[in-house]
Amino acid sequence: MLNAADMATLWLTFKVAAIATVLMLLIGTPLAWWLARTTSRWKSICNALVSLPLVLPPTVLGFYLLVLMGPAGAIGKFTAWLGLGTLPFTFPGLVVASVLYSLPFVVQPLQASFTSIGEQPLEAAATLRAGPLDTFFSVIVPLAKPGFLTASILGFTHTVGEFGVVLMVGGNIPDKTRVVSVQIYNHVEALEYTEAHWLAGCLLLFSFSVLMVLYTVLKTQPVAHPLK
Amino acid sequence: MTTIQARFQLDYGDFKLDVDLKLPGTGITVLFGHSGSGKTTLLRCIAGLQRAPQGFLEINGHTWQDSERDLFLPTYKRPLGYVFQEANLFPHLTVRDNLHYGLKRIKHNSGTVKLEQTLELLGIGHLLERMPGHLSGGERQRVAIARALALNPEVLLMDEPLASLDFKRKQEILPFLSRLHQQLDIPVLYVTHSQQEVAQLADTLVIMEDGRALASGPLSETQSRLDVPLAQEREAATVWRATVAEHEADYHLTRVAFAGGSLSLPAVDAEIGTPLRVQIYARDVSIALEAPTATSILNVLPATITGIADGRDGQSVIRLQVGDQALLAHITRKSALLLGLQIGMAVYAQIKGTSLLN
Repeated sequence: MLNAADMATLWLTFKVAAIATVLMLLIGTPLAWWLARTTSRWKSICNALVSLPLVLPPTVLGFYLLVLMGPAGAIGKFTAWLGLGTLPFTFPGLVVASVLYSLPFVVQPLQASFTSIGEQPLEAAATLRAGPLDTFFSVIVPLAKPGFLTASILGFTHTVGEFGVVLMVGGNIPDKTRVVSVQIYNHVEALEYTEAHWLAGCLLLFSFSVLMVLYTVLKTQPVAHPLK
Repeated sequence: MTTIQARFQLDYGDFKLDVDLKLPGTGITVLFGHSGSGKTTLLRCIAGLQRAPQGFLEINGHTWQDSERDLFLPTYKRPLGYVFQEANLFPHLTVRDNLHYGLKRIKHNSGTVKLEQTLELLGIGHLLERMPGHLSGGERQRVAIARALALNPEVLLMDEPLASLDFKRKQEILPFLSRLHQQLDIPVLYVTHSQQEVAQLADTLVIMEDGRALASGPLSETQSRLDVPLAQEREAATVWRATVAEHEADYHLTRVAFAGGSLSLPAVDAEIGTPLRVQIYARDVSIALEAPTATSILNVLPATITGIADGRDGQSVIRLQVGDQALLAHITRKSALLLGLQIGMAVYAQIKGTSLLN
């Protein structure tokens, strides 16, 4: 069964993933919108930067974040100057790292969704007196609903499932940075296979059910694009 | 009376738009041209969906764009209605919510009465709860027209609203448009490449080619201009507006009056005074120097030659003035020579056939 320490890691993991997902949606939506619409020459570079975590070993990202956010790093000096101390091995640091690591899983579905909506509904809304922000919330958001759903679920589950970045940036501090994936590692290291089974099983079941729900819902959604 | 002034210049390298138009503030103005002639671009510039670097646009005394003063009103601030080629309804909203989308966003909400009239006029009252995905192409386009009209716009812009529909659907919507025409008191700018739609709807005609306006003016005047290719085409015709004057039931005929004369048509089922559009193909008009005394042709009208041009395949295109109306005739070049036709001559136009457009 799950003991108190395991439950604590589950709760912490949920908190990190939830906060990171909200932040990723807030950052990712304007970013994806810009990427979907811009013709700027910065587009490729931004696309590449956002997608980097897809291909980099998490330890590489974690290493750089550790250095940058540490006392000698640029971000570390900045946060120290603000009186916040440094981020590595803290809960906020874990959230920041998770956001960067999972961002492509939020940006890419949104960007694809925005691109497929195309110009037409925007023009229709403009001829019907809707300003840009109004159009975004009354037309784009509802039409991109499948994109938002996919982005939220992939962002959340991917954050739940991260390990390398967490270990590098967050460490292994109970109740502060010890998430499920790290706890499973701890159990295995200590040869506590029963406990490892329980946690691993939970994660497997969770991820599978969430993805299952996502694909079922997506199937029933009217396709975002074709304007009839 | 002129209430639309539009001047635009833009250069996309392989396409240039360069127009300077003054258009009337009432009735339907058709922007006619082949694809690539710039008619849709012009309409989009008027709507502000595209921004011409050099442009001046004034509607009803309000300036919507003036590049010299760096003034450009974004589309959503222009009091216009726009009907797209594809109906472009919001797929996530019911017909009712589509219709109310713009209505909710205008300040003076005098629109509900207007909307109900429009629903009735377009015959879509029974579709309100449906989703756009469950409508036929013709129904969608009618909803789109109603959605634009519901805003009570100062000008209605229509970009080939029938082009994506099959023949049957077109016939379903054209009568609605004709009816709209009689009831609307705002100017309509209507883009099309269909001569049928020109004949049926236009009051004013603008002929576009290669990004320029070749000709612009009242319908029959512009149709009969010899310096634009339209007059040379096999389907060349002039459309006269007339009113029902008298029914000759014995002969199964109806006399219609136009400015400067009258015509006999096959019986029309309409009350005296009903306005009509009569189309006369140039190929159905022949010319006689003297009033023919023995002829089966009923419609022989005194006319004056106002223009002569070479047509295709050994034909001459003759422009005639009949009363206040312009008329085109396609005759063989040989006949034109034998009769010695010249500008200014008084002749008789014999009209073999007419077609009623509404």
